[in-house]
Amino acid sequence: MSPQPQKAVGSPLSRVDGRLKVTGQADYAVDHDVPGAVHAVVVDSSIALGRITGIDTSAAESHPGVLKVITHRNAPRLVYRDNPVSNNPRGRRLRVFQDDQILFFGQPVAVVVATTIETAQHGASLVDVSYEARQPTTDLAGRPGDPLLNYARGDTEAALASAAVRLDREFHLARNHHNPMEPHGTIASWDGDKLTLWDKTQYVIGVQNEAAAVFGIPVENVRVISPFVGGAFGSALRTWPHVAIAALAAREMGCPVKLALSRRQMYFTVGYRPRYQYRLRLGADRQGRLTAMAHEPTYETSNHETFWEATLFLGQMLYNVPNVSQTLRTVSLDVNTPLWMRGPGFSSTSFCIEVAMDELAHELGIDPVELRLRNEPTKDLSTGLPFSTRRLRECFQTGAQEFGWGRRNPKPRSTRDGDWLVGTGVATGCYDTRRARAEAHARLDAGGTAVVQSAASDAGPGTYTSMTQVAADALGLAVREVEFRLGDTTMPPAPPQGASQLMASVGSAVQDTCDKLRLQAIRLAVGDQRSPLHGVRPDDVVVIAGRLQVKDKPARGETYRQLLARNNLTHLEANGGYTPPAETPYSMYGYSAVFAEVGVDARLGLVRVRRMLSVYDAGRIISPKLADSQALGGMIGGIGMALLEHTVTDHRDGRIVNANLADYLVPVNADIPELRAIYLDGDDRKADPIGVKGLGELVKVGVAPAIANAVFHATGRRVHELPITAEALL
Amino acid sequence: MSTEPPAGESTGLTRRTFVATTVAVGGVVAAGELTAGASAFAAAPATAEPVPSTRVSVTVNGRQLTVTVDNRTSLLDLLREHLGLTGSKKGCNAGACGACTVLVDGRRVNGCLTLAVRLESAEVTTIEGVANGDRLHPLQQAFIDRDAFQCGYCTPGQIMSGLGCLREGHTGSAEEIREWMSGNLCRCGCYVKIVRAVEQAARWK
Repeated sequence: MSPQPQKAVGSPLSRVDGRLKVTGQADYAVDHDVPGAVHAVVVDSSIALGRITGIDTSAAESHPGVLKVITHRNAPRLVYRDNPVSNNPRGRRLRVFQDDQILFFGQPVAVVVATTIETAQHGASLVDVSYEARQPTTDLAGRPGDPLLNYARGDTEAALASAAVRLDREFHLARNHHNPMEPHGTIASWDGDKLTLWDKTQYVIGVQNEAAAVFGIPVENVRVISPFVGGAFGSALRTWPHVAIAALAAREMGCPVKLALSRRQMYFTVGYRPRYQYRLRLGADRQGRLTAMAHEPTYETSNHETFWEATLFLGQMLYNVPNVSQTLRTVSLDVNTPLWMRGPGFSSTSFCIEVAMDELAHELGIDPVELRLRNEPTKDLSTGLPFSTRRLRECFQTGAQEFGWGRRNPKPRSTRDGDWLVGTGVATGCYDTRRARAEAHARLDAGGTAVVQSAASDAGPGTYTSMTQVAADALGLAVREVEFRLGDTTMPPAPPQGASQLMASVGSAVQDTCDKLRLQAIRLAVGDQRSPLHGVRPDDVVVIAGRLQVKDKPARGETYRQLLARNNLTHLEANGGYTPPAETPYSMYGYSAVFAEVGVDARLGLVRVRRMLSVYDAGRIISPKLADSQALGGMIGGIGMALLEHTVTDHRDGRIVNANLADYLVPVNADIPELRAIYLDGDDRKADPIGVKGLGELVKVGVAPAIANAVFHATGRRVHELPITAEALL
Repeated sequence: MSTEPPAGESTGLTRRTFVATTVAVGGVVAAGELTAGASAFAAAPATAEPVPSTRVSVTVNGRQLTVTVDNRTSLLDLLREHLGLTGSKKGCNAGACGACTVLVDGRRVNGCLTLAVRLESAEVTTIEGVANGDRLHPLQQAFIDRDAFQCGYCTPGQIMSGLGCLREGHTGSAEEIREWMSGNLCRCGCYVKIVRAVEQAARWK
């Protein structure tokens, strides 16, 4: 097959769904107009552990407009069959309104259904629940950890004992909440035993399978629709209990039900990045070459599920360390279960490793960039596999030059700008390249336009745009002639939009599908005696601007429209997909070098990021304009993680005390200076057919430690805790 | 700004608007232009006490409406749940995120913190009323040109806030824009580009 010229891919297009989004016409979950829908509001638990002893719903039920109050006392028994598909962690997931047990603060205990949203909200405030409360444990230090995973190579303890330089540090990372701007919400509607859900999700198939499992109905009886997702950052990767509540209420009511969580409820019931305590020991020689690393991370999980995230990969593969030991523990607490948040595992681990590297550099008097270059491995020491691509050295070299790193005075507290102590810091970012099975369908219409679809999601990165670009090039059409559709379980299956795998997986599936469709058209033409292309070898035909033509003789050819019209065809269509190989003989990761400059007010301890630059080795960049936005967004997320974000729990009763956007601080516009992202040109065809390595996670990893290291350089104060607050610097 | 002439009470309303507004009073208060007719939801308790409600005349995107609203209704819920204008978003319902920003008499307000009953004679502009037919407002176009959004959920509020910022003349520098656009959170992290978009629109003015 002759390769198609790549015109759309790599060009800085504006978002194809931009007009919908700037005019308010993009319909997010609870924006959908479902006729006859009534409103539901969840009542949540005001204790963290114990049982419900009574629920008085009479006041709520007699409130005008309240239609029904559902609690564990009147809810039907639900099936909750096992479901391996929907990202449920190991354990026993919460079953809504099935018993009187309270496992965490904010757990749903009732739902009020009413004719209007005002009435439902008021009704929810009238439900009087009494409890028998027990003392919850919500502090990471409150219970011993349970070993989850171990890893070892070499003899780490011996290597540490004989190391010329040693470091032994304990890090503490606050719990963070995803806090997408769109609260989770669902509209549920039954037609007999068929359920339709308009939901906020990064994984329509996950919601479909979970809803089917909860209600004990066939998977194909559930349709999930999710064309727009107002951010998620991981929170919508599994199906949380409110989805089942909406569907249950709709079934009980016999009409569609709309349920949106409040911002406050978002802190209790849709996951979070777990709190970490992380002991890290390193050993190195005097030249800064690492000889040993011992990792002992501990994070929180719930009393009913064991959360897993990729905490250990970085410590095994990032640097050339012969001796590594890792012990990962979880602490089971009376809290809701965590869920992957942007750069899961990697973001947390990278803070610890990269701050420790900075300390090592400082101790040895080696430049922090140079220290990292001295520890570049030639292969992945955890598997022995070669890297598919690893251009971290180039990231650092380009970044150092563009950032002006060479002008840096290595001495901490050496630069001042008025009241501000100024410092710069650097860190490595890294995230693994994942791929999963994905399918797509493409249809070329007689008018010369195409519709391509896959049950993918677009929570912000720009799936609509990037897939359109891939499809346009593979079909030889202009971007405006291709429409990509997503977010509906009636479409061919796609993996979750998580772990940065969507572009590699669905992008490769779209390319395969559109290649097949193009080839079908080419075969039709070369076999058609009336076609100017009759008799030409299919391999010699390319399609450019909707015209099939001989590669070396562009004058000989015809358009899709002519071809289909002459053959009396309304359309051509094709199914395709991508299945990653069972084993890939490469270690596949994206990399970045992150540079940050901060100012710290010498008297107030206030930290302000003054500028940042990140350089990425992320493979091929399909959509440069959107990729740039994603990178800047990752940096801003990292600034939040480094300096602001901190979910605070009152351990006396397990309540989150700052469960709102005024007290849980996220970056605002005035916190953010000019930021710059550079993607190294290149691609990685060993990773996947379209050569991408994934962006969404990578762009956040390494940001927090770069800032922490800049804070040290500015002030001479080393902080091992996130977020870095003014208190820590005074 | 929409130039659509006032529709003269209820005549310009869609069926959805009509029904939703009827539902707004639970089928109990049955007086007034928009509440005549049967309850949209038959299961509403017939014996219930009437919910305190008020008739309000308000202009939304150039269309004059008289609605009977439950006194608890926020401007945001009036728009979203009763008038079918879902472009304004609910991010926190507590005035902390700005996703519900709309213009009331030309000034930016948080729709979630504004009770609908206090809108008598007010003129409300929402994201749906910003473009002139198919022609986008320069700020909308600037948001697309500068890629000033990702998920798009905060975007209507950002644009309405940006319009306020432009009108107020707080666009003298990037720093000034940052400050005056800080009531609108963007979790995808598009701030750098939001500032560029407002700058672009300010230059166009």
